[in-house]
Amino acid sequence: MLRHAAHRLASRAAAGSISRRALATAPAPAEAGEDPAFVEAWKKVTNIIDPPQTPMSAMKPRPPTPASIPSKLTVNFVLPYKSEITNKEVDMVMVPATTGLMGVLPGHVSTIAELKPGVLSVHEGNDVTKYFVSSGFAFIHANSITDVVAVEAVPLEQIDPNLVQKGLAEFTAKLGSASTDLEKAEAQIGVDVHSALNAALTG
Amino acid sequence: MAMAAAAVLRRRGSQALLSAPSQVASMGARYPAVPQPEIAILGARSVSTQIVRTRMKSVKNIQKITKAMKMVAASKLRAVQTRTENSRGLWQPFTALLGDAPSVDVKKNVIVAITSDKGLCGGINSTSVKVSKALLKMTSGPEKETKYVILGEKGKVQLIRDSRKHIEMTVSELQKNPINYTQVAVLADDILKNVEYDAIRVVFNKFQSVISFQPTMATILSPEVMEKESESGGKVGDLDSYEIEGGETKSEILQNLTEFQFSCVMYNAVLENGCSELGARMSAMDSSSRNAGEMLDRLTLTYNRTRQASITTELTEIISGASALEG
Repeated sequence: MLRHAAHRLASRAAAGSISRRALATAPAPAEAGEDPAFVEAWKKVTNIIDPPQTPMSAMKPRPPTPASIPSKLTVNFVLPYKSEITNKEVDMVMVPATTGLMGVLPGHVSTIAELKPGVLSVHEGNDVTKYFVSSGFAFIHANSITDVVAVEAVPLEQIDPNLVQKGLAEFTAKLGSASTDLEKAEAQIGVDVHSALNAALTG
Repeated sequence: MAMAAAAVLRRRGSQALLSAPSQVASMGARYPAVPQPEIAILGARSVSTQIVRTRMKSVKNIQKITKAMKMVAASKLRAVQTRTENSRGLWQPFTALLGDAPSVDVKKNVIVAITSDKGLCGGINSTSVKVSKALLKMTSGPEKETKYVILGEKGKVQLIRDSRKHIEMTVSELQKNPINYTQVAVLADDILKNVEYDAIRVVFNKFQSVISFQPTMATILSPEVMEKESESGGKVGDLDSYEIEGGETKSEILQNLTEFQFSCVMYNAVLENGCSELGARMSAMDSSSRNAGEMLDRLTLTYNRTRQASITTELTEIISGASALEG
């Protein structure tokens, strides 16, 4: 009998605490940068699980387009394994777009440019930093911020000219002897990259 | 008289007990394979203490193993954490350009759930699976189709039970070798080739600190949907106002852009999830070894109590026997 009483007491206590807890919890406030429509749709499906965060809330908001053209360009240059340049104020950036080398000055019109293997140079006053980029994208925003996302980039000083010549010869030979479309495409890419490297080192 | 006889019996009984263990001990000496040094010391009353002692040994081994696993996870975490933090800048340009549209309403949704292959990592896989299931419910409706692409064994095992028909493809053994961008790019290419999509939602655990992991969802729109959203003035920012420098048509560039965005977001997501897995494993193993330590304390107390009680009983018998004889 005592056992039953204890059991009833425990269950009543548990039920009481649960209802107390339900009354006590207030709805979680929406975080800054959260999409309210998404949170709404989420809440319709489930109330127990919190909605997942979205990348917008993890990023600092970008400054709006200024009225007059700023004097400096802010550049972000990111690679998969590190952020090479973050929020650096420079005078000019030359990006190797597929249509040719493109110079970006503050106040440039907003553009999305696909990059081909070539040299990216960052001009700050009198010093120029040059990188050889394999490929990627460059986004030029209206607020004079330029984002360059590349798959691989190396400073020009670290490239060995002998290896470049060897690679070029090797891929040209492969292109000549390629049989399938896939091999031809791979060899062509190799030739393109190595000739661009060559041009970057000599030019 | 009878009492004295009983006392003598008792004494001889205790002597017999004392001799039996010596016989056993000698047997142990003759047959060294017989593991009986404990019985030799305490006699037949040691049965309960032996059970406790076996348990103590196994709990101690568990504690050692979980402590070692925690150290291994901690050392791996240090390596992956730097790479994760370096890769965090990778998806930001895309979000800055294209905005984020998690509430986009499209016909074909693909949910890429990133989970771990190995277990013993706390609750992060269950959280990812719960979020994926809720997303499935949220994006389902008439004329709409939602599919799963699962990375990692743990997610596959949990989702295959009730959502088997929604699973499009599964990938495992992702974390076998250290992750690099090329590997993830190939995987992303694979996924994009095999799956028709209007919007891809990548679900993973973002690594905020060693003890805190936040479930996160990144959305990637297909080029057609992106064009539609930008024209209708949706959340994709002013994509239309951007000039396309590329020579080819806008849709080709957008296609390349989407593929590149997907591989970058996947790379960051896989790294973050790997970090969260290691951090969760560290804290799970830490609490496990602490629990094992507490259990060991309790078992030691029980063991000592039993041992002391048996010694006291023996002493009492001997002394009462002796006093019965004298008195």
